[in-house]
Amino acid sequence: MHLYRDLRGTLQPFWVTLRNMFRKPVTVQYPEQRQQVAERYRARLILTRDPDGEERCVACHLCSAACPVDCISMQATVAEDGRRYAAWFRINFSRCIFCGLCTEACPTLAIQVTGDFELAGRDPLKLVYEKEDLLVDHCGQEPDYNFYRQAGIAVAAPRGGNPTESAPEDPKSLLP
Amino acid sequence: MTEQLIMLGLILAKLGLIFIVILTLAAYLVLAERKILARMQLRYGPNRVGPFGMLQPLSDLIKLLTKEDFLPAAADKWLFLIAPGLSALTALLTFAVIPFGPPLEIFGRTLPLVVIDLNIGLLYFLGLSSLAVYGMALGGWASNSKYALLGSIRGLSQLISYELSMGLAVVPVVMMARSFSLTEIVMAQAEIPYALLNPPAFLIFLISIVAESKRIPFDMPEAENELVAGFHTEYSGMRFGLFFVGEYINLIILGSMLTVLFLGGWHGPWLPGVVWFSLKVLAVCFFFIWVRASLPRLRYDQLMHFGWKVLLPLALLNALVTGAILLWIGQ
Ligand code: SF4
Ligand code: SF4
Repeated sequence: MHLYRDLRGTLQPFWVTLRNMFRKPVTVQYPEQRQQVAERYRARLILTRDPDGEERCVACHLCSAACPVDCISMQATVAEDGRRYAAWFRINFSRCIFCGLCTEACPTLAIQVTGDFELAGRDPLKLVYEKEDLLVDHCGQEPDYNFYRQAGIAVAAPRGGNPTESAPEDPKSLLP
Repeated sequence: MTEQLIMLGLILAKLGLIFIVILTLAAYLVLAERKILARMQLRYGPNRVGPFGMLQPLSDLIKLLTKEDFLPAAADKWLFLIAPGLSALTALLTFAVIPFGPPLEIFGRTLPLVVIDLNIGLLYFLGLSSLAVYGMALGGWASNSKYALLGSIRGLSQLISYELSMGLAVVPVVMMARSFSLTEIVMAQAEIPYALLNPPAFLIFLISIVAESKRIPFDMPEAENELVAGFHTEYSGMRFGLFFVGEYINLIILGSMLTVLFLGGWHGPWLPGVVWFSLKVLAVCFFFIWVRASLPRLRYDQLMHFGWKVLLPLALLNALVTGAILLWIGQ
């Protein structure tokens, strides 16, 4: 019966809405009530340091290549001891969409996401974060990882001096 | 001479009071709608400005007044400027004939609680409600934008589909009360409201006024998911505000008309007449909000189909049957 179906379809919603009117709203009243954000929540980005307290970022540009909105820019330099680092490093958070692709791309786990989502402000230029705003004094979510101790490059320790590395072979020892 | 002055003062006081009450009521109806709608959707609604968000209408007003009054380059300037006023004005004017309480005894004089008791009050209401669509039609036309134009075309065709059944639904009321005057129609319902005497007419009128108010499920002229905002797409600032306020005044008017024609006007036990009247009007307004929360928008052809093929024959039949029964009783 079409008529029965139509009448039912018209009248039933009224009961549903009336019933819901007397239920407690699910709204979180934001500034007063705050929700604990999820552990892997993606918000403001940081540049972390390795366990030795040195900058992790090697200015490889992989994050800026991965960024779908092109909001990361930097200038690469090399220090005296052969350590690459970013002379300046800039993220424009007014463009960032917090997709986290940069953190996926980063080989040194330098760039990481945090749960701090309260970035809003009236001046968009204040959302352009420089290296000193981004750099933090801890290791973020990866407390043990040190790129230079895995990569076989003699910066943190001489070659072969790291626990997971064996000493370099002496090719001359193979000579007859 | 003093006699006339006192009467004049009373009438002016009445007019001013009605004006202020209606405008305030319209503003708070917006708030009530937002809050009730929110609760039905498990939200809180506006609750930041003032205690429980009670000052929200004020902040909305300030916002609307301070916004830019934008005039599209290709718009027909004068029509564009006039249209919103037309829409709010016709809504306000209709209240002139609505009796909202029994005549009041004050300073030894009787003051009828209606601005003017026209003997053709009902026709006046029907006429003005058709005029009200001009605000919308002209606004959409003058904006010179396709969305606005489509909205107003829809509004016009919607008007002719429901006005007929609305007009026919009040015919039984006129026949039963034997008068076009709204005051006399209310008087005739002292014992039993017409909603109980003639439920089909009541239902047809109810559906028609939901269409008349251009609200969900009959909000084709606005249809924000299809037409941006329909006829008021190009309006901003207080001109949009006038359209908006007009819509809510219209809601109050339609609630009052339903109350007067079918719910027995100010009649009711224990409480004074004015209170009963306001309670009934507010109940109808709540119903309107409830409908908005519950039903989806009809498709355009469904409204046409419903208006012409269902409501109109039903209303005709109802008028016929009521007339026959009245004749039979009269003999
Ligand atoms: S989170 Fe996404 S948008 Fe933001 S900087 Fe990283 S890659 Fe770019
Ligand atoms: S943050 Fe990571 S990906 Fe980006 S430049 Fe530095 S090391 Fe490379």
